[in-house]
Amino acid sequence: MNPLLALSDPLFDHGVTGVIILIVLIKIVVGFGALMNAVILMIWFERKAISDMQSRIGPQRWGPFGLLQTMADGLKLMGKEDLIPAEADRFVFKLAPFLVVIPAFITFAIVPIGGTMHIAGHVVQLQMANPPMGILLMLAMSGISVYGVMLAGWSSGSKYPLLSSVRASAQMISYEAALGMTIVIVILVTGSLTTHDIVLSQGGNILHWNLIRLGLVPFAIFLIAITAELNRPPFDVVEAESELVGGFHTEYSSFRFAIFFLAEFMNTITMSAVMVTLFFGGPAGWVPPVAHLKWIFPILWFLIKTTIFCFCYIWFRAALPRFRYDQLMDLGWKRLIPLSLGWMLIVAGFLISWRWGLLMGSVVIFAWLVLTRAFELGKTRESGPERVLPTIGQRPIPGSVIRKMSEGDS
Amino acid sequence: MSEPTVRAIERLDLLTAETSEGAQELQRREFTKPSELGREIGAVLLANDLHIDPTQVDLERRDDETMIINMGPSHPSTHGVLRLMLELDGEYVLRCKPVIGYLHTGMEKTGEELSYIQGATNVTRMDYLSPVINELNYSLAVEKLLGIEVPERAVWIRMLMSELNRVSSHLVWMATNGMDLGSTSMMIYGLRERELILAFFEKTAGLRMNLNFVRPGGVAADLPDGWQDDVQVICDTILERTYEYDQLLTGQPIFRQRMIGVAPITAEEALALSVTGPVLRSTGVPWDLRRTMPYLAYDKVEFDVIVGTYGDNFDRYSIRLNEIRESIRIVRQCVDMMPRGDYRSQDPKVTPPPRARIGESMEALIHHFKLFTEGFHVPVGEVYSAVESPRGEIGCYIVSDGGAKPYRLHVRGPSFVNLQAIALLMRGGSVSDAITTISTIDPVLGEVDR
Amino acid sequence: MIATSYAVPSIIVFVGAAIIIIVGALGVITFKNPVHCALSLIMTLFGVAIAFIAQQADFLAAVQIIVYAGAIVVLFLFVIMFLGVDRTDHVHVEPLVAQRPLAALGVVITLGGLVALMAQSHWVTGVMSASTDGKPLESGTANVHQLGTSVFTTYLFAFEATAALLVIAVVGAVLLARRERTLQADEVEV
Repeated sequence: MNPLLALSDPLFDHGVTGVIILIVLIKIVVGFGALMNAVILMIWFERKAISDMQSRIGPQRWGPFGLLQTMADGLKLMGKEDLIPAEADRFVFKLAPFLVVIPAFITFAIVPIGGTMHIAGHVVQLQMANPPMGILLMLAMSGISVYGVMLAGWSSGSKYPLLSSVRASAQMISYEAALGMTIVIVILVTGSLTTHDIVLSQGGNILHWNLIRLGLVPFAIFLIAITAELNRPPFDVVEAESELVGGFHTEYSSFRFAIFFLAEFMNTITMSAVMVTLFFGGPAGWVPPVAHLKWIFPILWFLIKTTIFCFCYIWFRAALPRFRYDQLMDLGWKRLIPLSLGWMLIVAGFLISWRWGLLMGSVVIFAWLVLTRAFELGKTRESGPERVLPTIGQRPIPGSVIRKMSEGDS
Repeated sequence: MSEPTVRAIERLDLLTAETSEGAQELQRREFTKPSELGREIGAVLLANDLHIDPTQVDLERRDDETMIINMGPSHPSTHGVLRLMLELDGEYVLRCKPVIGYLHTGMEKTGEELSYIQGATNVTRMDYLSPVINELNYSLAVEKLLGIEVPERAVWIRMLMSELNRVSSHLVWMATNGMDLGSTSMMIYGLRERELILAFFEKTAGLRMNLNFVRPGGVAADLPDGWQDDVQVICDTILERTYEYDQLLTGQPIFRQRMIGVAPITAEEALALSVTGPVLRSTGVPWDLRRTMPYLAYDKVEFDVIVGTYGDNFDRYSIRLNEIRESIRIVRQCVDMMPRGDYRSQDPKVTPPPRARIGESMEALIHHFKLFTEGFHVPVGEVYSAVESPRGEIGCYIVSDGGAKPYRLHVRGPSFVNLQAIALLMRGGSVSDAITTISTIDPVLGEVDR
Repeated sequence: MIATSYAVPSIIVFVGAAIIIIVGALGVITFKNPVHCALSLIMTLFGVAIAFIAQQADFLAAVQIIVYAGAIVVLFLFVIMFLGVDRTDHVHVEPLVAQRPLAALGVVITLGGLVALMAQSHWVTGVMSASTDGKPLESGTANVHQLGTSVFTTYLFAFEATAALLVIAVVGAVLLARRERTLQADEVEV
């Protein structure tokens, strides 16, 4: 028996038998199917919800309430001509969509979507896999998924996609840091990397949720960073359709485009689920004391919480304009990373003792003051008398520094 | 040079031969004259000096550090078929050159083949977002040549319609600007409100766009019954909605970051480039033809000329938003002060007789026949008259040789002139700023290319 | 444990990972297009991550993917794309004099050293772990605990020194990349 397996799931405590392999296969198939169906529903939900917000009707022709619209669109896309630009790097061009979609699937595998279930005398965790590296897998996969975007943009052999892939790589690297830092905060209080333990540690009442016990800040940072990782509005500079036409998937058509589309929504769902896992106790919630219903309520709670976040993304899209690329970088590097680092120090301090917590708090406040001063100094170097011109030559706003050429002092 | 690079350049030649617009295109630095380069980086010839000296431009910049990209003619946010060639350093715009003419339909030349009575249908298609104002501009010029006075009611109807048109045009601008910034909801909201005005136009003139409503001698039809109520509803709804836009965009931190301080222009530069409209007013120059050179009855209504301070994108946005409110103010005064009387001149040489009179009067039949076959004759002379369109000063220059058709028709399109400032505004901004800048200049390509 | 018992599945995993690593490594040096080289490098890194997992070093495997594949190779690609060096280079042009013989010499020395080490001891099999004073690595969460403890106690100096090195590198990079240009008195604002 492999000790690695036993660690991850009590299912394997007594060795691996045919039944257990069957259970694992069923879990994978059900998980895959659930995710695919969720994607179809999510696309429909997004279109419907955003239509309501924009006083439109949205899809209504296919199936009840237009539920089958996504299927119709998928079929239409499959029937379209699959174009590969003449300048494209054919192998990479074909590879890229899969590099986007596979990490989206893998990340979902570690999300606990319910408590436990008894099947054929075995206790089964309702999650596809519970590897010891747990949540790090999600970080790794979000790091990998950028390759799909980058390579798609590069291999198209066209300029807008290339700009998009440059933006994608910079954006992902910038926000990965803040994302990782908030996850570290969660891991610090949990003391374990596995998603199962993270969820277990938040069981009990609502005060145990990481949202509350870590303060709201890590959640806020995580929400912002994950939205940026997802390329969802208002951080969708990578595929900004009004600037870069379609970004990395400008040159894609037919089923390859459908795969990108699918992956985006799959990621939205997965990341909502990860957020619920990390900060909202996953499937935790009130369970009625009825023996046969015990397993279904956690799943319901999980679905409700995830749907709320999916809705949040739609809401963002309807309400917010898009960031500019450099503002995005500013937010990532100058705000989120220092904030998450400081908050991590404070949480770590309080985990040792309250003295250390207060000490760390004061250190962070001091560092914050220093940082603020540094930013101020940087500002004066942008506009003061001894200012450093930006390398590109951005024009100053009239009134602050007026060009002097006509006054004759040159 | 290595072999594959040589192949790439051959390929490039092939491609440019297929799609080249010749000298209009942005060339690499080594093939560009300094004066040309100066224009591309946004040099402005001021009265006493050059704003940017092209000789100081970094001519030695290597071409592999920069990238020339085509934005348009079919790009989602170039507002039609504007084609910009941008030289980028990473994300930042170093040079910009607009290439126009993709919507050129020869409207000015066509205008010389149409009689004065048909002319309004032609000019209304130039700036398709403010058709009434185009017609008004043309009609005012023709009336000046004819030397006729239009009835008081026609003047006020014209004013009402052109202010409603200004609102609808600014609403489309608000919508597309929101879209360019990624705020898709604004797109729908702006068009939703515009729909009210278009419905009123349809009720009044029978058409939603390209109305051919304002004609030399008056307007095509009187206002429909119950127009006061319709206009009241339009004013109330849109005024209320502008405060919703404030919540959605004006106060939105991301929106403010995207707009404030981006693409500034000074009053000096704007005047040197003969920029008009909101772009000029954003620099603080209170130049609004409705106030500075009043036409129609604008001297009889109260309204404020909105000006900005910094000349940046945000100023241009707020000017347009507040002009919607000011226009609504004017529209309300039009409703209150609308006089009674004829809605078109009763001069039978200019205005066709009513349909009912044709069956009764031989004279009416002859007038009708003459007007719609030959048109009316306009005295020899030339005239330039200008009105304030949502985009700036739209002027009409007509030379008449005494016939029924203009000898020469020229329209000063504000979009076309404002487009000159684009290289100056874009310099140093990022690609995203370029999009907002195109948007805040608000070119209508039908008017640019004519 | 895996390393000592040589069960069939672990041999399959090892051979699979080894093939991925070697094919990837060969790809890095044989592909002409730098982007393809970078892709091969990712393949190698994945193979190494699999090998780590087979050795029960989950944490290292995850970090391998996050840091190397998720950040460093992304940066490589970023540079390749941004600088536009993605044209194929010519193999027969030698940018530095005597670069190739020296490189060959380096390879021979490294390879020879590795073979010699392998002949001498068995540390490559994972039995004698470098981090736990001869004890085998624990797996799962305990593995992370163990790693953290040794990094912050036994190897603290090395760890902090690495951190300082990285900070210095960052500061140096910022200084090098910064093109300072102050406004001259007579300079026209462009």
